[in-house]
Amino acid sequence: MLATIAPTSTWYLILGAVLFGIGMVGVLVRRNPLIMFMSIELMLNAVNLTFVALSTQLTDINGQTAVFFVLVVAAAEVVVGLGIIVAIMRRRSEVSVDDLSALKG
Amino acid sequence: MELFVFVCAAAMVLAGALGVVLRSNPVHAALSLVLTLFGIAVMFVSQQAEFLAAVQVVVYAGAIVVLFLFVIMLLGVDRAENLKTEPLGIQRPLAIVLSLGFVALLVATILQGRDSLNMRGDGLSTAANGDHDANIRQIARSIFSDYVVAFEVTSVLLIVAVVGTVVLARKRKSDKDITGVSA
Repeated sequence: MLATIAPTSTWYLILGAVLFGIGMVGVLVRRNPLIMFMSIELMLNAVNLTFVALSTQLTDINGQTAVFFVLVVAAAEVVVGLGIIVAIMRRRSEVSVDDLSALKG
Repeated sequence: MELFVFVCAAAMVLAGALGVVLRSNPVHAALSLVLTLFGIAVMFVSQQAEFLAAVQVVVYAGAIVVLFLFVIMLLGVDRAENLKTEPLGIQRPLAIVLSLGFVALLVATILQGRDSLNMRGDGLSTAANGDHDANIRQIARSIFSDYVVAFEVTSVLLIVAVVGTVVLARKRKSDKDITGVSA
């Protein structure tokens, strides 16, 4: 009975939506910039999963190409973001985005 | 079998994602992120996207999470933070309600539109019919013909990111505390 059920692309899309929601909660709730970054990675991965599921469903390779570019941009984003975090946090012990509410030079 | 793989990978992905959001220690959160990324890689394999699965493991688990761990150790924030205190009382429930609403909207859209997802692409070549590197060759053909300009721009982006990070993270002599109080 169970062996006959094969997961369709709808299952992957729904899993991607749930993963995106979890990442969204992380970005909105957590105050640690590193955790917020990880939550953004979760959201990017949800989108990647959606891309691949639709690429398989529509038998179109362009979805997988898009995921490749998303991976590259995510890597660049993490590098720059962590550079900024290091530059800011080196001078303060508290790690919370609330401390950065005043953007004065 | 496919169902079994999907259920296991989905459990990995969701457990890891909840771990990222709920664990108070940043190191544990980063390790939970690895679990999620491996789950996603398993799903890529089960959808015949083998190249992306390999890149996912190498780039995300190998590079990005290690970078996260480096920064956690460098900043010395590898201790549990207190999640009980919340300065804005309304923020947490509001964020959860918003996200649940957004997920419900997405799921409703997916279920509404699932019948319109018919095959209309040029076809995927997969490893199923004995051609073991069909997927990677098809992606390569796509990147180096249709998207070659985007690929070149990507290299510029990477260079800019590297140089920008070096400039940002460098220690300057005239470093001042941003609050005006010297550290």
